[in-house]
Amino acid sequence: MNTNLVHFTLNGEPVEVAIEPWTTLLDYLRYHQKLVGTKKGCDHGQCGACTVLIDGNSVNSCLCLLVSLDGAEITTIEGVATADNLSLEQQIFIEEDAYQCGFCTPGQICSTIAMRNRAEINSEEELKDWMSGNLCRCAAYKNITKAARRIYEES
Amino acid sequence: MLNIGNKQKRVDGPQKVTGKATYAADITSQFYHAYVLQSTIACGSITAIDTSAAEAFEGVKGIFTHKNLPERLKNKVDYTDPLSPPGKPFRPFYNDKILYNGQPIALVVAQTFEQARYASKLIKVTYEEKKFKGSLSENLKNASADRAPEPASNRGDFKKAFKNSDYTIIREYRQSRNYHNPMEPHATSVEYKSDGSLVVYDKIQGVASSLKYLNGVFGLGADTVQVKSDFVGGAFGSGLRPQYQLFMATLAALELNHNVQMVMTRAQMFSFGYRPEVIHTMKLGCSNDGILQALSHKTVGETSTFEDFNETIVDWSGLLYKCENVNLEYELTPVQSYTPLDMRAPGGVSGVYALECAIDELAHEAGIDPLEFRRKNYVDYDQNEDKPFTSKELMACYARCEEVFGWKNRKDLSKTEPHLLTGYGMATGSWEALQQPASVSLSMNEEGTFTIKCATADIGTGTYTVMSQIAADKLGVSIEKIKFMLGDTAFPDSPIEGGSWTVSSVGSAVASVCEKFKYRIADVWKRNNPDYQAVAFGDISFQKGKLEYRSKAFSFTEIMQQASKEELSIAHSESPAEGQNTHSGYAHCCVMVEVTVDKDLGIIKVPRLVNVSAAGKIINPKTAENQLLGSMVWGLGMALREEGMVDTRYGRVMNANFAEYHIAVNADIHDIHTEFVEEKDDKVNPLGAKGVGELGIVGLAAAISNAIFDATGKRLRKLPMLLDDVLEA
Ligand code: FES
Ligand code: FES
Repeated sequence: MNTNLVHFTLNGEPVEVAIEPWTTLLDYLRYHQKLVGTKKGCDHGQCGACTVLIDGNSVNSCLCLLVSLDGAEITTIEGVATADNLSLEQQIFIEEDAYQCGFCTPGQICSTIAMRNRAEINSEEELKDWMSGNLCRCAAYKNITKAARRIYEES
Repeated sequence: MLNIGNKQKRVDGPQKVTGKATYAADITSQFYHAYVLQSTIACGSITAIDTSAAEAFEGVKGIFTHKNLPERLKNKVDYTDPLSPPGKPFRPFYNDKILYNGQPIALVVAQTFEQARYASKLIKVTYEEKKFKGSLSENLKNASADRAPEPASNRGDFKKAFKNSDYTIIREYRQSRNYHNPMEPHATSVEYKSDGSLVVYDKIQGVASSLKYLNGVFGLGADTVQVKSDFVGGAFGSGLRPQYQLFMATLAALELNHNVQMVMTRAQMFSFGYRPEVIHTMKLGCSNDGILQALSHKTVGETSTFEDFNETIVDWSGLLYKCENVNLEYELTPVQSYTPLDMRAPGGVSGVYALECAIDELAHEAGIDPLEFRRKNYVDYDQNEDKPFTSKELMACYARCEEVFGWKNRKDLSKTEPHLLTGYGMATGSWEALQQPASVSLSMNEEGTFTIKCATADIGTGTYTVMSQIAADKLGVSIEKIKFMLGDTAFPDSPIEGGSWTVSSVGSAVASVCEKFKYRIADVWKRNNPDYQAVAFGDISFQKGKLEYRSKAFSFTEIMQQASKEELSIAHSESPAEGQNTHSGYAHCCVMVEVTVDKDLGIIKVPRLVNVSAAGKIINPKTAENQLLGSMVWGLGMALREEGMVDTRYGRVMNANFAEYHIAVNADIHDIHTEFVEEKDDKVNPLGAKGVGELGIVGLAAAISNAIFDATGKRLRKLPMLLDDVLEA
């Protein structure tokens, strides 16, 4: 089998892995690393359940081939909290009840972190646009928007 | 402190925000991965299937088709599940027959998911095709009442009353097919143990259903298989029946003596149940002063060729308003498709859509405000059953909704943007408040921590949290002392999580088991404290983990130590309350919406949605509100977005993905509000609580349709209502 050697950091740890060229970041996380907090909702870039952070940006990991990530800094939901404390985003999601079943939640949280890192949000509409890449079939949108607004304002 | 009625944060929140909540596909044992190949025709048979190339492919461990289904799965095997409708359930790989497009025809099991998926494409299938009817409209002439259950009985003389009415309308409303599409695709992970027993992690709304199915098909009893489901990533009805991934993963595990996992793709989420397409014919008549005289509701719905799926649709029209002359008809017609499946507020959401549009049209004909019209025709008893309601605070919902929305002055509210038309609409909603039998067990350890178990589910509704609140309250301990466990066939029986009856059924059982515990701990205390032998139970109180008598307090742990007990365990089975027989239980709501329609482009937006509900005692306003809001968003999706499109030539769903099957996204939702009115109910169940998971979707699509009319003067009479409908109408 043809493999390529890739180096990156995953939740702060350096990783070197020989990987087949077709393996997506999402399958790598779930099947190889057993980091199952990142979810597969569609495998086609249509739902956002697989959202992770690459160099601080939110990315659909189902649309990323791992071989293309040499040198990248990857953070998944498992790397968001410290050993003892939930992150601000995680605390706010709980306080605002910004979920129901929780399946879309890891992706939603990663999107709020990227927003806090990178985005310039000037209106409610822009905030909703930013969060619209993450579908929530439970439709906890009102609370997700509330949480996202607080995260943007409090950080 | 009282817990019931508190905005308690979810007790499973930390797991959900850290990615530690494990759904069926998140079990990380060493699995073989299974991938399903689906038929590309809708009707006929497989003439040849060549799996040789796939078998030879690297990593492939086994391939299953109708050619090699084990003999034991053919003889007198029961493929039904607790919610099977009349007919013959689908039996995977049973023979060469094709019953619908997308039918699983081969299962490839391989070391990795990618190998299984790739190898499945190497299988060559040839078919013999037969003609078929691919849609409801194509097969209307075969619609028959014989296939459907009889609706509530007709009353009065509809024909005469309709003829004598001052205002009448005859209208047809159509709804397209909708697919559940929970964010979590259906998945089953089967662990094969060295003694041949199985642990099955299934996506299901009640583990007992999976067990029943595995028992019927594979002959596996509770002694050889345990079904678990700690977290369910939404379901909305898709998990009411075991889906084919359960069969696939179990078959492969048993045949290969290995752990097997099967996860559906998003496209495969369109290869089983759905909310059926229906056509309603409504005939309504009222007097000059707006009193409803005659009402007829006929619905024709689609089902599959092998099962007669039915819903309670037209009965809602006999229930919601006072009317003496009512005619209800329900028919089914088979189409070449998988069997439909209950989906959030099944039946109610369809029936009430047509009724609430028709009521609006009739009110308009009579020149009466739609809210006023509904008040005029209010009814305070169940005319279908001739029973009183356990409670009905719908009038209070109307009043409060009118106030919050600003219904009276709504026309003054319009912000005029020249290219936008603004409109306002409303509807009534309702959903059943049922209670089912449920069992629970409770045990307290020496540290005074309580574990309560029940085989129920938490599909995002908040079961873990709400049950913990009820227990904490009843026991007089803090919520941290409660551990509520669910989703395991080793736990006491529970009804399936559906019908909005979990709080009512399981919650009442939890309340009772806690009550029993108090008697037991009081007994233990009395037995070990001779001075208190004669104390009456009514003179004891329970607070902060202590039994209190007069000014003395004895902690539960102390009492246990005294009696040298390490654990105190109790079981309880709760039957439905008496009021469930003598009365009719329903929750109600009023919904009002504002829409804007772009004059030139036809784009429909919903800037404002207000729902006011009466649902008895609300145990947790935080989770209840969230569910209602979600349910309202579903109503918006149904009204303006969702449409499962079938290419009737092939019987295939054309838009089996999230890019083309549109569900509401965050940016679709603007000002959305829900609140509850006070509703006391001492009959519906011991908690006085009614479910809310389904209520918010009922009536909402009608309210939007009515608002579009208000804005544009056009009645669209179909769902979803799209911009080209506005432009063409
Ligand atoms: S799984 Fe990646 S966007 Fe849906
Ligand atoms: S919380 Fe269930 S999909 Fe978002």
